[in-house]
Amino acid sequence: MGIYGVYIVSKSGGLIFNYDYNVPKIETEQTFSYPLDLKLMLENNRLLVSFGQRDNIKVGHVLLAINGIPVAGRKLEDGKDALDMLDDATNYPLNLKFGRPKMTVNEKIFLASMFYPLFAIASQLSPELRSSGIETLEADTFKLQCYQTLTGIKFMVIADPSHAGLEQLLKKIYELYTDYALKNPFYSLEMPIRCELFDTNLQVLLEQADKNGIGAN
Amino acid sequence: MSIHNIYIFDRMGTLLYYMDWNRQKNSGMSKEEEAKLMYGMLFSIKSFVAKISPHDPKRGFLCYKTNKYALHYYESLTGIKFVLNTNTSVKNVRDLLQQLYKDIYVEYVVKNTECEMGQPIVSELFKVKLDQFIKQQVKTLQ
Repeated sequence: MGIYGVYIVSKSGGLIFNYDYNVPKIETEQTFSYPLDLKLMLENNRLLVSFGQRDNIKVGHVLLAINGIPVAGRKLEDGKDALDMLDDATNYPLNLKFGRPKMTVNEKIFLASMFYPLFAIASQLSPELRSSGIETLEADTFKLQCYQTLTGIKFMVIADPSHAGLEQLLKKIYELYTDYALKNPFYSLEMPIRCELFDTNLQVLLEQADKNGIGAN
Repeated sequence: MSIHNIYIFDRMGTLLYYMDWNRQKNSGMSKEEEAKLMYGMLFSIKSFVAKISPHDPKRGFLCYKTNKYALHYYESLTGIKFVLNTNTSVKNVRDLLQQLYKDIYVEYVVKNTECEMGQPIVSELFKVKLDQFIKQQVKTLQ
């Protein structure tokens, strides 16, 4: 239930604003004995579960900590190699913490620019004449609503699939953008939005929308 | 309700089948090119959805809508992908696609020894049955 995040993408496809709103934290900590019944794999400098779902640990989750010591890349914070530690039977039992990987800022920028061609291709592959790009994208865990202004800026909100009234919310965010970002003399177009007033007003708006969304259901 | 067109891809991205009913706009490229573009878009959407999802996704991407049409996506566990474009107000297309997979694809392609897996479907029977199935759906849903 609720809203997960807001993204604003400029005309040229760059992420100019992102705000995460109560993104759920999915983490599980468990004690394991040798041998490990999960298969781990190194990808993008992170150790992730490639096979063997159990309890709340899902394929795609990353190893966050061993015995409470955070794992950075394939190394523990104290310099030991995580894979070597997991392979050594004498280290067990081990307390491992797994969780859904958090998106880094770089990944967000990457995803925002990835949406740009998807939006364009959707309109090109349309079987109907004069179609717009993607307006709503639905998956089983979330819904993405996109609103493109006449000037080409895309406002996107990610929310629960059952959340209603996202179009109005996006139009209100656009209103906030014109009021607090565009009228700010220190803001230059196409650049990331760093306006305090915009942030605070957006937060108020999202809180309101979140509450009303729950009330409507 | 109107159904525009259907694409069936296998897990390697080969276009197995394409059929359209009432399509107003052509993308201005050959069928092969268009299928590649479509598959590429779906592939990107899938990875996009997997990354941006706040929870662990189960079935992942389901559909997207523009102001003119809706694209519905169903993927079997074996990687066969069904893509159906309809107008935006159609509901329960997922059930329809699942039924299409179960009753038409499995019956007339998988159980047909003449149909080679991973190759475009040329079976006339499949073509007729699919056409019938879609036309019947359009009628019952109207």
